[in-house]
Amino acid sequence: MGMTLAEKILAAHVEPEQVHADQFIEAAVDVVLANDITAPIAIREFEKLGVARVFDPERVVMVPDHFAPNKDIKSAEQCLLMHQFARAQGLTHYFQVGRMGIEHVLLPEQGLVGPGDIVVGADSHTCTYGALAAFATGMGSTDIAVAMATGRIWMRVPETIRIVYHGRLRAWVGGKDLILYTIGQIGVGGARYKAIEFVGPAIDSLSMDGRFTMANMAIEAGGKVGLFEVDDITRAYVDGRTLRPYHVHRADPDATYVRVIEIDASQIEPQVAFPHLPENARPVSQAAGVRIAQVVIGSCTNGRLGDLSVAANLLRGRQVHPDVRCIIIPGSQQVYLDALRQGLIETFIRAGAVVSTPTCGPCLGGHMGVLAGGERAVSTTNRNFRGRMGHPESEVYLAGPAVAAASAVAGSIAGPEDVLS
Amino acid sequence: MKLVGRVWKHGDNVDTDAIIPARYLNVSTPQELAHHCLEDIDPTFADAVRPGDLIVAGENFGCGSSREHAPLAIKGAGVGCVVARSFARIFYRNAINVGLPVLECPAAVDETEQGHQLEIVLGMGQVRNLTTGRVYQADPYPPFLMKIIDAGGLVPYTQRRIKDRET
Repeated sequence: MGMTLAEKILAAHVEPEQVHADQFIEAAVDVVLANDITAPIAIREFEKLGVARVFDPERVVMVPDHFAPNKDIKSAEQCLLMHQFARAQGLTHYFQVGRMGIEHVLLPEQGLVGPGDIVVGADSHTCTYGALAAFATGMGSTDIAVAMATGRIWMRVPETIRIVYHGRLRAWVGGKDLILYTIGQIGVGGARYKAIEFVGPAIDSLSMDGRFTMANMAIEAGGKVGLFEVDDITRAYVDGRTLRPYHVHRADPDATYVRVIEIDASQIEPQVAFPHLPENARPVSQAAGVRIAQVVIGSCTNGRLGDLSVAANLLRGRQVHPDVRCIIIPGSQQVYLDALRQGLIETFIRAGAVVSTPTCGPCLGGHMGVLAGGERAVSTTNRNFRGRMGHPESEVYLAGPAVAAASAVAGSIAGPEDVLS
Repeated sequence: MKLVGRVWKHGDNVDTDAIIPARYLNVSTPQELAHHCLEDIDPTFADAVRPGDLIVAGENFGCGSSREHAPLAIKGAGVGCVVARSFARIFYRNAINVGLPVLECPAAVDETEQGHQLEIVLGMGQVRNLTTGRVYQADPYPPFLMKIIDAGGLVPYTQRRIKDRET
């Protein structure tokens, strides 16, 4: 029987190499990840297991990114606990502030993840690596503790939804607009417990950065993983970068899908998801005029060089609206450096934006841009739940970097064309 | 195991930021987290909840983050079980792993209101609404999950397997 891409990758990690949807398996994992929020609990549970060492110190990755650089004393203690564990275990890939990035920007960039891997992370956006055809999924700290100890994880093999994007993308439409539109169509539970395969002509020409953005938000539809097939764009990204050999798997032509969705991507406008769910997506033309106090451009969703370039193209020679705080956060030190070399950082500063060191910070209302009661933000992050970015009476409108930058200039939600004209 | 408790009713898509806002993720014990459980959608809950109370909710309960702090906060608040139409995948795993009972039982959810009394027999997945007198059968756990539940959570389950492998 034919297998989906998700089944193919999982099958390569079990004996015998055949799996089917709804089957419970125990698979070997290639990489295990935790951050400063989730590692403390994982370490606490790890220590109960009676195992002295992690299964492989080169494959357990820890990144202080959520409340780092430390935002308060309690956060500092969580980061310290993680650092002490990393040193005691001799972890090769612990990334200290100054060398770190937002984990899901950092791991692919550093070549720690490649096609065909199974990656489990104590962070729901671990699914980002699906862009590289890695079966990557978020879990809680206790699952991660067990994976750190044993190098194995139990999983239910998910059914797969195949989403086909036809046509050519309009100007200023990117991965964020495609995924917000898709979640608007299928809902925040539309892919619950399922894998998604993103395919079609519009995907074939989408940049790696755009694919990372889409895979990243598979979880916002409830998905376990959002997968892309390996092509020349993938190879150009991973070749010379991945630290381990990678494995290319393809879905069988006779694979069984639980649902196939066809989308005419040429009809999709830049999108905005209204509070308080990512499924509340609307075309920006139907969102114009909502007054805002803050714009955030960054995060594991849209903190890559391509995202910053799009924002810079709109902010160059323009000014952030006097009532708006525009906060731009490169996703890693490398992204920061590349943006600096390309003059993007100067563009941002001259436009009146602030540029921060890499951190998840404002996305989850942690620091570096917390909202007051009644304030609204346009943000390139991934969640707009009530209170997500601060006060429970604040509001987050999700968008891609083009709409975010245009809105920063306009002082209210605006499309790129509104600012250019 | 039989649980009897008073119901706190919620709708669809109760997310992890609602269950425990991220600003409190700089702590991780169930007791500390419980003080802020569901704070942004029901500021009275943390003070008014009594040990053994139950949460009944709609679709996709626990959507969002992987934070295990969410089931830990609910457990720390003394909630005996969450009954929902459906659960988000990561929350469901986390709840099983930390020993917070969770049941999928759409019919019971639809006919239960805030303040009703429920009696739940966990092993049988039976939900009895003591206020209305109606009885419901929850979806059974897959056999594989029962092994983890029977062991008392993922850590004791894994401890036993590690010990078996060594001997």
